[in-house]
Amino acid sequence: MATKVLRKSHAFYDTYFRNPSPDKKMLHYCPGCGHGNVHKMIAEALEDYDVADKTIFISPVGCSVFAYYYFATGNIQAAHGRAPAVSTGIKRAHPDSIIISYQGDGDLAAIGTAEIIHAANRGECITVFFVNNAIYGMTGGQMAPTTLVGQKTTTSPMGRRPSNEGYPIKVAELISQLHAPVYIERVSLHDNKQRAKARLAIRKAIKCQVDKLGFSLVEILSPCPSGWKMDPVDSMRWIEETMQENFPLGVYRDLTKEAEPYTPEILNPTAEAILNLLDIDTELDFKYERKNPPEKYKNPEMKVAGFGGQGILLLGGAMAQAGMLENYHVSWLPSYGPEMRGGTANCHVNIRDIEVGSPMVSDPSVLIAMNRPSLEKFEQDVKKGGLIIYDSSLIDIEPTRKDIEILAIPATKMADQLGNTRIANMVVFGAYMGYTGLMGKETLYESLKTAIKHKRFLDINVKAIDAGYQFGSDNQAG
Amino acid sequence: MAKYLMKGNDAIVRGALLAGCRFYFGYPITPASEIAEGAARYFPKVGGTFLQAESEVAAINMVYGASGGGIRAMTASSSPGISLKQEGISYAAGAELPCVIVNIMRGGPGLGNIAPEQSDYNQVVKGGGHGNYKVPVLAPNSAQEMCSLTMKAFDIADKYRAPVYILADGYIGQMMEPVEFPEPVTDLPRKDWAVYADKESKDNLISSIYLDPYELEKHNRKLQKKYAEIEKNEIMCEKFMLEDAEYVVMGYGIVSRVLKTAVEKLRDKKVKIGLLRPITLFPFPKKEIYDLAVKNCKFLVVEMSNGQMVEDVRLTVQGKTTVDLYNRMGGVVPTTDEVIEHIQNRFSV
Ligand code: SF4
Repeated sequence: MATKVLRKSHAFYDTYFRNPSPDKKMLHYCPGCGHGNVHKMIAEALEDYDVADKTIFISPVGCSVFAYYYFATGNIQAAHGRAPAVSTGIKRAHPDSIIISYQGDGDLAAIGTAEIIHAANRGECITVFFVNNAIYGMTGGQMAPTTLVGQKTTTSPMGRRPSNEGYPIKVAELISQLHAPVYIERVSLHDNKQRAKARLAIRKAIKCQVDKLGFSLVEILSPCPSGWKMDPVDSMRWIEETMQENFPLGVYRDLTKEAEPYTPEILNPTAEAILNLLDIDTELDFKYERKNPPEKYKNPEMKVAGFGGQGILLLGGAMAQAGMLENYHVSWLPSYGPEMRGGTANCHVNIRDIEVGSPMVSDPSVLIAMNRPSLEKFEQDVKKGGLIIYDSSLIDIEPTRKDIEILAIPATKMADQLGNTRIANMVVFGAYMGYTGLMGKETLYESLKTAIKHKRFLDINVKAIDAGYQFGSDNQAG
Repeated sequence: MAKYLMKGNDAIVRGALLAGCRFYFGYPITPASEIAEGAARYFPKVGGTFLQAESEVAAINMVYGASGGGIRAMTASSSPGISLKQEGISYAAGAELPCVIVNIMRGGPGLGNIAPEQSDYNQVVKGGGHGNYKVPVLAPNSAQEMCSLTMKAFDIADKYRAPVYILADGYIGQMMEPVEFPEPVTDLPRKDWAVYADKESKDNLISSIYLDPYELEKHNRKLQKKYAEIEKNEIMCEKFMLEDAEYVVMGYGIVSRVLKTAVEKLRDKKVKIGLLRPITLFPFPKKEIYDLAVKNCKFLVVEMSNGQMVEDVRLTVQGKTTVDLYNRMGGVVPTTDEVIEHIQNRFSV
């Protein structure tokens, strides 16, 4: 230990080359400021644990915004209050790194309250040094969340009044209410004895991270002679006599003995494995011949509509999937916005020889209506010469249009006979294709493979398609 | 390679992972939550990290941290969430950190609604946060582009060390279309400016602070040079039936799909009309627009906003021709028929 006092830690730069001031050896802090002490203790600990090379120091906004002048580590400067979030990002990216998140009281306990609480609550394996000097130093001595009751600042000129500004926030106490943190202590810099304790706490907090135990935070009561408008000696006395009373020193959490080290698992899959993991099947192929349906049935612009639970979106999806298997251009769009009101579901499907322009179908050439409100709502929109297919077992009215083709199919009844009401949608799927001759059954079967999630339902859905297809071709127009 | 019928939002997640992105930080918001859900499912599978942040602000700052670590990172949100992220995006632009931000726009201002609007054009294309910066913006109009432009966005981000936006809407996100996926990117080069928590990178600094005005001016000039470079190299647009066009309609995202059908239908009626679709909103296809303007084409810009892109078009044509606006707001998507009717009335065709 003895040599360390004599020379500067290697975790500090030899000359502070980033500092624009001509003096590259001095810290930029005011005389009597506590930041210099804390920096030194951190640098020594980083050197002692031999982790300076893999440390990334997060500089906050505040007087220590230029901490990166000094630390010979990786450096990231963060936005006001966001250091714990930035720390989270970089720590997750490099789990073996040592992340020092260094924050002042305005940064951590005012604008960044959410970030610190949640980083602590997630138990991010980072070390937070919270320098509490009860004032905004950098901006010229405004009130901080930790400013004491009665303390005068430029924005509390009559002294902090709880009736207006509330009470000082006790960060160590607050954070120690959370489950995840491993080590929390509040220390002070006001005399030699306390500084020795502070040094130990800082070391312990860093060690906690070196050992991958989890979140650690040290709150440091630190003098700001400039902000307090006191000389350095009075500042120390003020901490000892006044600040300490409000912010009791001590260990608030220490689970360093109990906590288990945690190392995230590293996965690095090959290109081929990645495709598989993303459910991208490189084997899938398209061998389905197109049929040649009558001209009027080509390039359908469809609207599929019914009750929420009737598998309407699935039916539309199966149509699009089948179209894609035959190399048509297809689109599927679920109802969105105002159309969704009233508990009905509908989707728009295009199956086209050429690229699909607008995916929205406002005047369908094909309407599939699975309940009465859908038929009533969309019948008038169907294009002249278009087609309506409706479930006549559920809809007790008939379409009134005379300028379109109509196929009434008792789909729900047929589905019931097959043993499952819920496959009425697939009965209609088959019926539409059988009626128009747009696609063959093989394509429909294939499309089921992606449309139906549970493979045990495949068989019954195939039966539904067969029954519908038969019904459709038996009832073709003219 | 095989095609998959897939929603645009799912295609973004696949595209990001295929581009080698392994870090997703986000906060749930309709209509972008599906991207977070997809990311939660697929990122960890391939060794990546998905983290639901405590706020939009935290999410973008996590991206900032991860990106500073030299890896590909992203976030996704929707309009009000993007407003919150603007601070972090400004910092990323200032510190020159590459990352991808997806914005599935919704109706505003304020809480607005969750229906698709395009009213974020200004806050996305013009920088949005404080300071002199711009963010490249890619505006997909199909599920396929949701994948391929997301991949492209990561390349642009790395190439120029800049945050990049994917700007889309609920329709493009919700719509299922066939998507073809390319091979995954696996070996991404090390970035010499990033902090990797190792000896080689330990003198690197990620920062946007330049206390000295002359230094900050120098930094800003450097950024502007980069944006000029992006304008030179990265413009993408789609031209449809423009060769003999007398009328040009312009729109991006879902609007461009509506316009394409409108153009097809008007061409059937012998109207000489074409579509110019910006795929990049910054950089903006200024030359393409100007060339048509000096040919005396009359412009109609269709937007789901109060008319934000139209201002850029007007600026670009420099008074050489007329530029009209047809717009809907509040989440109303114009139909093909209403656009056709408007064109026929406006231009007497
Ligand atoms: S203002 Fe206060 S905290 Fe800031 S450098 Fe000066 S003494 Fe230190």
